[in-house]
Amino acid sequence: MVFLAFAVLAAGWMLNVRLANGAQSHTRTVQLAVPVIFGLTLLVVWELLVRGMHVPLVILPAPSLIAQRFVGSTHILWQDFMQTFVKGALSGYLMGCGAAFVTAILVDRSDFLRRGLLPVGNFVAALPIVGTAPILVMWFGFDWHSKAAVVVVMVFFPMLVNTVAGLRESSAMQQDLMRTYAASYWQGLLKMRLPAAMPFIFNGLKISTTLALVGAIVAEFFGSPTVGMGFRISTSVGQLALDMVWAEIVVAALAGSLFYGVVALIEKPVTFWHPSQRS
Amino acid sequence: MKNLLAVLTVVSVIVAVWYAACVPMNIKSVLNTAVRADQVVVPQDNKTRREAGAVGLVFQNTSHIAATWAEDRPRLPAPHQVMVELWSTTVNKKITSKRSLVYHGWVTLSATLLGFAIGTGLGVLLAVGIVHSKVMDMSVMPWAIVSQTIPIIALAPMIIVVLYSIGIQGIIPKAVISAYLSFFPVVVGMVKGLRSPDAMQLDLLRTYSASTGQGFWKLRLPASMPYLFASLKIGIAASLVGAIVGELPTGAVAGLGARLLAGSYYGQTVQIWSALFAAALLAASLVALLGFLERLVLRRMGEKA
Repeated sequence: MVFLAFAVLAAGWMLNVRLANGAQSHTRTVQLAVPVIFGLTLLVVWELLVRGMHVPLVILPAPSLIAQRFVGSTHILWQDFMQTFVKGALSGYLMGCGAAFVTAILVDRSDFLRRGLLPVGNFVAALPIVGTAPILVMWFGFDWHSKAAVVVVMVFFPMLVNTVAGLRESSAMQQDLMRTYAASYWQGLLKMRLPAAMPFIFNGLKISTTLALVGAIVAEFFGSPTVGMGFRISTSVGQLALDMVWAEIVVAALAGSLFYGVVALIEKPVTFWHPSQRS
Repeated sequence: MKNLLAVLTVVSVIVAVWYAACVPMNIKSVLNTAVRADQVVVPQDNKTRREAGAVGLVFQNTSHIAATWAEDRPRLPAPHQVMVELWSTTVNKKITSKRSLVYHGWVTLSATLLGFAIGTGLGVLLAVGIVHSKVMDMSVMPWAIVSQTIPIIALAPMIIVVLYSIGIQGIIPKAVISAYLSFFPVVVGMVKGLRSPDAMQLDLLRTYSASTGQGFWKLRLPASMPYLFASLKIGIAASLVGAIVGELPTGAVAGLGARLLAGSYYGQTVQIWSALFAAALLAASLVALLGFLERLVLRRMGEKA
């Protein structure tokens, strides 16, 4: 079976070489097919290697086993998803991004505040903020409130920095034009500066999607009720039930890419005018 | 100069808010201690005090405000308490001591740096492969991009346990986590950088009849430097987070993550905050070091400061 694994790997790679260097390599189907074939090849190789070399379950379960476990415990996985993603990550994400957005608009009115807050925000955005998780768990208890609080702290600064940078995007010429139209501050903000800031704002929103999930999961390592993705991962690791851990990771991966995908989908019609969306 | 003033103002406002927040956060436990010491507290009854609002209690017991900044295990320690703890666990302790933050910081830092070096090295190699091979570009690149949208840090506890079960422990498992967290940002940034020379520049090299290797060393690699450093800064921050999270499931032996976990087990809030500040200082100095290297390299390449 090990030999078969290498044969599959070689075959898959050859097929991709064929497709990538073929005449059809510019079509959308081929561009989608090549990574899918690559991913499937890796999965098959993984399966064959695990079975062929008799790798014990506690080291690496086979993909078929993970899929089985995933299908068999959809109820638990769904509960964990609701607890960690919907209650923890999503509510924290909305609160954090909302607060950062409002703060950015307030900060933007004062040049002094902006010059003071931007370096501080940039500094904080690079710090290991997940470390605040034990403190916030202590303050807000074990349930999802503390997870949402960690997420708020994690997404706030990247979002703030991006929104402030976005609001500076419109040029002096454009602002002068609005002034010649006798536009008020709010008209200028709503009709020109916010739309111009949208690519930056969505950049912040997209960065924050991953941070939100990371924050919610890691915060559960510091204490949680007996439900949640981070809780399930840490306890299943303790029981050496690695198939459950992998099933949970599949859920996290799906949730993360779906979340990102939804934000990117909203971005498309909102920033249709931006060069990165037109090509 | 004007910027410095603005930053200092913002920082001092944050410190002031922090001190102010300590008062309502800690007032209840301060009053409880005061009652036990037979001091006068406004609602003398324990039950009514427990149900009263924190801000109201502050105004009724103004004489106890100073005590909120000097508690032993406060809910929110005051800035100077954290600073004193930081000072006493770094400067006033032997660095070999188990209670020295320098010791714990070094444990975390060594895993971070090892993992970062591995992750960056492999990332650059893969990026070179992706730029020069169309198949690799089409099959690997989408996965590298998707991997940035998923919380791969969730793998951390499993990696620790699996590597432990096959007999590997110590610095290596943490370094593995650090490595894969810094790997993907570097791949994506480096591919962007190696592709940044435009068609005109590539054509020029072709008219010089430069080989692929020459084109790589003389054009693509130098052109990728700004992109590389941008992703290195993201990568080192991710590596540090990885090393810290990697220390959690091992049950708090050594390292900054272990200090965080031990502090949260035993309610040692000052210890948590000082570990957090140590981690922040570490992250900031690593990013600053990379920024310094970046300026050095870019100046050597002729960019005007």
